[in-house]
Amino acid sequence: MTVYEPPVSIYGPVQDWATDFDHADPEYNRNAHRIWAELRGTCPVAHSDRYGGTWLPVTHETVREIAYDTENFTSRAVVVSTVVPEDPAPIGGAPPITSDPPFHHDARRLLLPPFSPKKIAEWEDEVRILCRALLDRMEAKIAAGERVDAAIDYAQHIPVNVISRMLGFPLEDDDLFRQFVHDILESINGDPEERIRSFERIDAYLLAQIEDHRANPRDDLTSYLMDVEMYGQKLPDNMVGGVILLLLVAGIDTTWSAIGSSIWHLATHDDDRRRLVADASLMTTAIEEFLRAYAPVTMARLVAQDHDFHGCPMKKDEWVLLPFPAANLDPSEFPDADRVLIDRQENRHAAFGLGIHRCLGSNLARLELRVAVEEFIARFPEFVIDGSDDDVVWSVGQIRGPRQLPVQVLRS
Amino acid sequence: MRIQVDAEKCQGHNRCYALAPELFDVDDYGNAVVIGDGTVSPELIERAKLAVANCPEFAITLSE
Repeated sequence: MTVYEPPVSIYGPVQDWATDFDHADPEYNRNAHRIWAELRGTCPVAHSDRYGGTWLPVTHETVREIAYDTENFTSRAVVVSTVVPEDPAPIGGAPPITSDPPFHHDARRLLLPPFSPKKIAEWEDEVRILCRALLDRMEAKIAAGERVDAAIDYAQHIPVNVISRMLGFPLEDDDLFRQFVHDILESINGDPEERIRSFERIDAYLLAQIEDHRANPRDDLTSYLMDVEMYGQKLPDNMVGGVILLLLVAGIDTTWSAIGSSIWHLATHDDDRRRLVADASLMTTAIEEFLRAYAPVTMARLVAQDHDFHGCPMKKDEWVLLPFPAANLDPSEFPDADRVLIDRQENRHAAFGLGIHRCLGSNLARLELRVAVEEFIARFPEFVIDGSDDDVVWSVGQIRGPRQLPVQVLRS
Repeated sequence: MRIQVDAEKCQGHNRCYALAPELFDVDDYGNAVVIGDGTVSPELIERAKLAVANCPEFAITLSE
């Protein structure tokens, strides 16, 4: 694993968070809670000229309103970047996340059954075995006097392994998949030509996997997608590839980030960690609270037509970020919104989005997050950040979570 | 008391099913359905209220 490096920006550092924000600036995710709180009080829908024009609503009300409005906002592109994909609505390049009604509903129906709660529950034992194997390796490193990192040695391996198994992709390609995710979700403000080339590399890989499954069909999600029919016809290869791209990208660093952020919280809040270690019955509310406070995913839309939104003159094809984590921290919706309360009973958080695009993988993400936290604190009940909080490196872009999280295990 | 799920609003977050499996089930698509006719016995009223309060889509109602 190479040391994490943020991508090179064509824009330069942010001058002002209300008028020139850039979620790919390394300062954004590191300071996101403070930035959102400041904007909420002064500029609840911020605008930046970057990426051809981008809006940033930070209140629960405005985020919710946009999430539900599929007329004025299209999902045909959902990753803000220097390149606007050409794939037209209502299908988009990675259905159903890039799809609009009515196509969205039919495409999503194909994918909902394998991700339903009862189907996903069958994966619990495998996730637990995987977590324990990773913890064994961390323990061995500690015994050898090496430093360990909860993001690099633990969190980042869990979702990639599970989604690779579900898709029937080579487990040893995990570094490659993380590279794909980095190219798509983090290298967003770099050279547009390089971004297009990275998409071509990913397409070529996915088509090769589809060809391999055509030659050797098996019981996995890829073969399922190649076999399933929509409107009486099998899906064309480029659509199968688009769906797989969605599952691979959305399934990897989102959950990796949620696991990392939760462990970061427990490393920096001794009381919460000790309470959770002592009382496993708190796990359900704690996980939901981590999802609220550290929701990893900010979605995006394109403005579908010129219109006024709460006094903001939104122009067709401008980007709109949908920071669900900012909505989750809005004090007008959540009492003590800025406090993490691991026994919070009423928690109507929007970590998995709102409306028709509710995260398809939410049941899998919850399972992985819960088991990962359970196993980590069972093995390492006492741990702190190894160094200072400056040694923690956060991701850039729409997915927020620690990419480097050095931890010092005090007792195992 | 009776509990109801608005199928138009439910997006399959599954918070209700996790909090009160005695009252809710999920279909093959992961969307919530009430068990039986939705009648809530007195000992489950607190659970039903929790399900209402945790639904991100405001899809659940509890009524007399």
